[in-house]
Amino acid sequence: MNLTHLQRLESEAIHIMREVVAEAEKPVMLYSVGKDSAVMLHLAKKAFYPSPPPFPLLHIASGWDFQALLDHRDRTAKEIGMELIVAHNQEAADAGINPFDARAGVYSQQMLIDPLKQALTEHGFDAAFGGGRRDEEKSRAKERIFSFRSSSHRWDPKNQRPELWKLYNMNKAKSESIRVFPLSNWTELDIWQYIHLEQIDIVPLYYAAKLPTVKRDGLLLVVDDERMRLEEGEVPEEKVVRFRTLGCYPLTGATESSAATLPEIIQEMLLATSSEREGRAVDHDATASMEKKKQEGYF
Amino acid sequence: MARSDTEQLDTSYQTEALIAEDIDAYLEKHQHKSMLRFITCGSVDDGKSTLIGRLLYDSKMIFEDQLAALEADSKKVGTQGQEIDFALLVDGLAAEREQGITIDVAYRFFATEKRKFIVADTPGHEQYTRNMITGASTADLAIILIDARQGILTQTRRHSYLAHLIGIKNLVVAVNKMDLVGYDQAVYDKIIADYAKFATEIGIENFTPIPISGLAGDNITSVSPNTPWYDGPDLVAHLETVELTNTVNRTKPLRMPVQWVNRPNLDFRGFSGQIASGTIKPGDEVRVLPSGRRSSVKSIVTMDGELDEAVAGQSVTLVLADEIDCSRGDVIAAADAPPQTADQFETTLVWMDENEMLPGRSYWMKIGSQMVSATVQTPKYQINVNNMEQLAAKTLELNGIGVAELATDRQIVFEPYADNRDLGGFILIDKLTNATVAAGMLHFCLRRSQNVHWQAVDVDRNAHALQKNQEPRVVWFTGLSGSGKSTIANMVEKRLHALGKHSFLLDGDNVRHGLNRDLGFTDADRVENIRRIGEVARLMADAGLIVLTAFISPFRAERQLVRSMLPEGEFFEVFVDTPLEVAEERDVKGLYKKARAGELKNFTGIDSDYEVPRNPEIRIDTTRTSPEEAAELIVNKITGIWSYTI
Repeated sequence: MNLTHLQRLESEAIHIMREVVAEAEKPVMLYSVGKDSAVMLHLAKKAFYPSPPPFPLLHIASGWDFQALLDHRDRTAKEIGMELIVAHNQEAADAGINPFDARAGVYSQQMLIDPLKQALTEHGFDAAFGGGRRDEEKSRAKERIFSFRSSSHRWDPKNQRPELWKLYNMNKAKSESIRVFPLSNWTELDIWQYIHLEQIDIVPLYYAAKLPTVKRDGLLLVVDDERMRLEEGEVPEEKVVRFRTLGCYPLTGATESSAATLPEIIQEMLLATSSEREGRAVDHDATASMEKKKQEGYF
Repeated sequence: MARSDTEQLDTSYQTEALIAEDIDAYLEKHQHKSMLRFITCGSVDDGKSTLIGRLLYDSKMIFEDQLAALEADSKKVGTQGQEIDFALLVDGLAAEREQGITIDVAYRFFATEKRKFIVADTPGHEQYTRNMITGASTADLAIILIDARQGILTQTRRHSYLAHLIGIKNLVVAVNKMDLVGYDQAVYDKIIADYAKFATEIGIENFTPIPISGLAGDNITSVSPNTPWYDGPDLVAHLETVELTNTVNRTKPLRMPVQWVNRPNLDFRGFSGQIASGTIKPGDEVRVLPSGRRSSVKSIVTMDGELDEAVAGQSVTLVLADEIDCSRGDVIAAADAPPQTADQFETTLVWMDENEMLPGRSYWMKIGSQMVSATVQTPKYQINVNNMEQLAAKTLELNGIGVAELATDRQIVFEPYADNRDLGGFILIDKLTNATVAAGMLHFCLRRSQNVHWQAVDVDRNAHALQKNQEPRVVWFTGLSGSGKSTIANMVEKRLHALGKHSFLLDGDNVRHGLNRDLGFTDADRVENIRRIGEVARLMADAGLIVLTAFISPFRAERQLVRSMLPEGEFFEVFVDTPLEVAEERDVKGLYKKARAGELKNFTGIDSDYEVPRNPEIRIDTTRTSPEEAAELIVNKITGIWSYTI
């Protein structure tokens, strides 16, 4: 019997998590409640069984989260018996920062990145698990599994530590912290296959359902609550849709789909002809940089 | 190219048909894939990017939108006319590299019907040796790319040597660009014969040669009609069937480094770890090392239920039948075939840091889940990675590879790297910068460390100290040249003598001229200088003496090393704090003047650093305290008499 690729990936992730718990002073798991987070949490349960995972979960709530996601989050944490820390930038929210008016960069800085940094600093977490994968984007292909951050949470890509064998050097200055990515070597297909195989409970939004939607800027948005600001002439229309990724509901596009089971979702993904991030502005970076090189007379 | 594309379309069509018609059957099939990690060695000139790009493309890892971009780019900037330039898929990253991300190891993923693959893609030039070692450390297989027009080059030898050094058993020698030599068998045979000769010389036992063209697709995913004289498998077929490392490891005796003790309540105590080699079943007899205590496995606990058997590569939690001591760093092993323990080794080191190796300095060593202090001797030799020549060396610099002896501060559980990567591969970590400075591989332990057992002598250090009616101390004076260390240390010794204490003063005069007269003033020599003084001081403290040392000892790490040699509370660091401008103005020996004039090199404070003590036991500010006052303060502190005078 050979170990399957999923068994090897699982074993590697468990090994990484145990190293962190053995060597870090105060670890935490960043929990976005999405499919990757669901897999990461499932692996944590396995790594420490019969103990519950010996660290809290940290969710960064922008205030514009899907209600179904928040429900799933609370139910999951309660079921496992893990402490759940919810970080939210109330100050920015009170100051009127919202996804409709603020520029995208400002919004995510204020509602997602800042509260994350604040929460890590405030609680003194020295290691934080994240669900990032190397196949997500090209620059991630080179980030280490253990990625160090300065006291101001900055990443220095030029100063990464070599990772040899399965030996992770977690020694660090007191002010530094570590992001740990146990799913680094997983692909999107691995994630879905594993969810299917292990029957992991994921947020229902990944499955097709009839929801009120509006079409805006090429995105199919779901009207998740009454705060969704409708533009002139927009009338919500019921459509059978599902999500491939989850973010703040006024900014995350759904796809029309009838995939209501995991095999159907995987089937749809495998037959898809466009990448997960199609439609996002960042996607054509590589082409852009090639273009730039050409302009600079590289060829 | 047109031919292989058609064939590729056929296979992917079948897969797509299965996905569309029976997704459950597809999932069932694909859940049982195994995984192979490999590294590609070569440079862009050898067609490495084209090969990787082709593997990604042929395995349908590229979506239509990405493909459209690739096709457009190929026409605009590609080197293949109207054809797709596969190298652009990979070289998109080169652009990012130039935008500031390190030239480094990138990991890429693709899958075929049988296996999932992780490719470590590293640059091939000599200045990236450490990157290649990093990528190779997790690889089951290495593909050595050779340009058919060029034959074996220096870099071919270097890559082969490094892959062999890191213990990769599966070597594929892919002779690329066969299309450019007219698929000439004679060219191929000549290259393979040359390679076989070289391989034997460096100890590579076997390798798999394949003639390919990454660009034209020959022998990549199907056997090419262009090479009828070749009767081996195509590259992907070989990658799909080659035996995996963790399958091989399964036949070896059980070893499991304990990562974490799982103790949710008083009734459960499990030992969590990833099995490095062997298999284990409930009831198996085991031994916990280094203690050597025996027990048997009561159960193998996982969230999916207890297992009847676990194998190399799996992460498990073991419950033992007996309550025995076992914690992180211990190794659970087969009772009848336990690994060795030792504290001195011969090793191969690959230096990975900008700062060169300092023989004698104490580094952290992580091996399995064990973390110990280790010091490295001056290398026996360095290896020229281009021709495997052994060169004399005093140290190792970035990307340097050499053989050196290494000593740990306590016994560790190990196996030779050739037998077990998990228990024979280690990293060294700088204690101050926390950087991973070296990767190492244990060859064997040195006989003397196995045979020398500490003699349990009757007259021990306690007896020595009792006889002298004093507590042993090492009073370590540190500070700039001319700060007043020797002056104050002399006064301290006089007072101790007057009090009837047994003491000895080690300083430049009695050490530099004798014990350390072979040492100069380079960083490496300074480290060795202090290490020897530390050892002498420790022996004298064992003899019950109060030892005073007066040396600049500019580096924190060495002072810390000496501190760690002694029982807690016996080491007193005295920082003689004189500002540089004051010491320079005093310039008792006229050394600063010489250093400023460039006649003295490596002079502390001028062109060599002094690392100020962070938490000295005693700090003397010589601009405010006289030598007499300082001496009194120090004597009182080390003899335990508290003084109110200062």
